[in-house]
Amino acid sequence: MSNITNTSQNPALQNEGAVKRFFRATEIDPRMLGMIAALILIWCIFDIASGVLRGNFGGLLGGSFLTPRNLWTLLVQTSSIAVMSTGMVLLIVMRQLDLSVGSMLSLVAVAGAVLQVFKLAPVLGVGHPAIWILAVVACIALGALIGALNGALTAYAKIPAFIVTLGGLLAYSGMAFYLAKGETVAPMDKTYEIFGGGIPISWIGPFWSWVIALVACAAIIFGIVNGRRQRLRFNFPLRPIWAETFLAALGSFVVLGITNVMNSYPWPFKLIENYAKANGVAIPPGIENKDGTAVCMAGDQVVRCTEGLIYYTGYSLPVLVALIVGMLMTFLATRTMFGRYVYAIGGNPEAAELAGINTKWMIVKVFALMGALVGISSIISSARLNAATNALGLTNELYVIAATVIGGTSLAGGVGTIYGAMIGALMMQSIISGMSLLNLPAAFQNMVVGVVLVLAVWLDQLYSRRVK
Amino acid sequence: MAKPAKKTAPVRKAGAKPAAKKIAKVIETHENPIAVKGAEPHMRAENRGTPLVEMRDVSIAFGGIKAVDRASIDLHPGEVVGLLGHNGAGKSTLIKVLSGAYKRDAGQIMIEGNEVGINNPRDAKSLGIETIYQTLALADNVDAAANLYLGRELRTRIGTLDDVAMEAETRKVMFRLNPNFRRFKEPVSKLSGGQRQSVAIARAIHFNARILIMDEPTAALGPQETAQVGELIKQLKADGIGIFLISHDLHDVFDLADRLVVMKNGKVVGTAHVKDVTQDEVLGMIIAGKCPKGAVPGPGALREVA
Ligand SMILES: Nc1ncnc2c1ncn2[C@@H]1O[C@H](COP(=O)(O)OP(=O)(O)OP(=O)(O)O)[C@@H](O)[C@H]1O
Ligand SMILES: [Mg+2]
Repeated sequence: MSNITNTSQNPALQNEGAVKRFFRATEIDPRMLGMIAALILIWCIFDIASGVLRGNFGGLLGGSFLTPRNLWTLLVQTSSIAVMSTGMVLLIVMRQLDLSVGSMLSLVAVAGAVLQVFKLAPVLGVGHPAIWILAVVACIALGALIGALNGALTAYAKIPAFIVTLGGLLAYSGMAFYLAKGETVAPMDKTYEIFGGGIPISWIGPFWSWVIALVACAAIIFGIVNGRRQRLRFNFPLRPIWAETFLAALGSFVVLGITNVMNSYPWPFKLIENYAKANGVAIPPGIENKDGTAVCMAGDQVVRCTEGLIYYTGYSLPVLVALIVGMLMTFLATRTMFGRYVYAIGGNPEAAELAGINTKWMIVKVFALMGALVGISSIISSARLNAATNALGLTNELYVIAATVIGGTSLAGGVGTIYGAMIGALMMQSIISGMSLLNLPAAFQNMVVGVVLVLAVWLDQLYSRRVK
Repeated sequence: MAKPAKKTAPVRKAGAKPAAKKIAKVIETHENPIAVKGAEPHMRAENRGTPLVEMRDVSIAFGGIKAVDRASIDLHPGEVVGLLGHNGAGKSTLIKVLSGAYKRDAGQIMIEGNEVGINNPRDAKSLGIETIYQTLALADNVDAAANLYLGRELRTRIGTLDDVAMEAETRKVMFRLNPNFRRFKEPVSKLSGGQRQSVAIARAIHFNARILIMDEPTAALGPQETAQVGELIKQLKADGIGIFLISHDLHDVFDLADRLVVMKNGKVVGTAHVKDVTQDEVLGMIIAGKCPKGAVPGPGALREVA
């Protein structure tokens, strides 16, 4: 085809630098690379600082941050905010906002808890398998319903989303308080609790973690090969083979690396002992060592050791849920008409309407999706706490919006990525956990998160201005 | 000749296929009159009978300002009607009523003699009405292909976006309009004004419209691209498509249009065949609202006001 030029034939592109050529060939977003670099930098700083202040606990740089244990916990702690941030991206891209997600989370969690503790358990009997299923479905459905209400008021009653959801922030938290009668509703159903990621109930172990990792690697390679085949279909210019190989290798390396970290976190000592006793697993003798992570018999005493009984956690369930949500949402945002419309509406709402898109209905749908994701997060949060209170989601809306914005979503609309928001959530949680690791007071944590938020947006704007 | 109302009533699901079928029908029906060689364009238009589009006494006001006041215009298959008027005369507003962007306060819209309710852009599109807006109406943050197919995306067998196929089609259409265009991967906000306009034109012509509305389609185009759009209009006309062409360029209108309608302060000054009026007379209509002999006066003509 004469009208298709190969990028390499275009003279204007020939004398660009090696760095630029790398980014063009691999189509890696430099912004994402910057974010990941910042994340790694933050991790290193915390590891070094914790090492200096509190001593070496096996961290990569001599501290206690870059340890499997801390990184594993970090991911578990991030999952709830990360799940919600994927929905907030779409809302903000579409020039909307939801300030009510925190209160909504409390309300949905309390409703789910009341349902299982006071309604279902007495009727079906404690531990009945229908309980957790009904509770999960109810939480997601209730979230979607509340979200749809937010959306309908915004789209059809034409009240600005800021006002609708500010009202929701107050109203839903009031309702949560009323529903919980100001008390803590507990305990959750035993199966439901698995969604919280607590050890030892919520673990899939190294074997299944590796299986998942290999499936993910296969998916990455399939995606790259398929993309290439698609472009071949129309004789389009292809990415150079080295770039394709690099991307496949990088993707697989990251997946395997993370899996390896997840698989290196052994259960805490006490839990191994309890589990072994409860399940009749024999505890073998081993090499006694008070810093060891395994469990051994020394005479009739259970001691810490190396080379003894040990269980590794692998991926915890909330992290898997967040990763799956992230993948599905990325698929939705980039591969479907729904996602295309969200971005088009954000770019020019009037043009989208003129192109025949039902923009009002789209607004309702995206708010409902946000609500459903809040429902998922409410399950994670309440299962993790094994209880629900009206304060469960307090200030979550701020963290979710901060994560989304740190992740490169523009409040002007039209621009934003799911993975960016999830990395943003991880960055924020890293700062919060890192500072509590250093025993810094909570007030200080919020100060730093605030500064990081402003700094991230400022850097992003500097970058976009230079690119322009 | 008039089709049953059911056929032209707005169908909710806009899609390329039903529209394409409709156009095939339209072309079929009107092939013979067009094929008559040597017939004057306006004569052909008159012999046609039921107009493709007829807007009757359409009015719309924005907070007390009557942007369009009892305007009536019509359009036949294979005809180009130029819409002229000073800035703020109400041209864009009138055609936006037809394209579903605005809801009229009063008046009727007939398509092939059947009254239709156009309440939103989807209704208009399902009737085969495509529009190039003066503001272009592009989503700035996505690329040319995404804009071209916005609302009518091509999908793979499993229902996902077929971006590669859409890009391939976009390359073909754009090549016809603007052979120098290369930036298929960039968001349209990064394109030049003329390139953006080409994307908007490509979108309007790609889906087999039978009624095409062009609101100053060449305002940002270079001479070569403008000439190409002129050729395109002639080609579409020969295919039996009815075109409303809004332009401030009298030469263009006299060159391309069969008839012209002049508006002033929301009212139609007059309607005329381009053969029956001179450019000076049309200028008089636009500036002073004077309706010359060769034109049929409308409610906005000077003598009525006086
Ligand atoms: N959305 C709107 N809200 C309020 N007033 C409007 C709106 N759209 C148009 N108008 C008013 O209606 C009148 C007609 O505007 P319109 O855009 O139809 O003019 P036009 O003939 O297309 O002019 P131009 O040649 O400048 O494009 C103007 O007075 C304008 O101010
Ligand atoms: Mg106009």
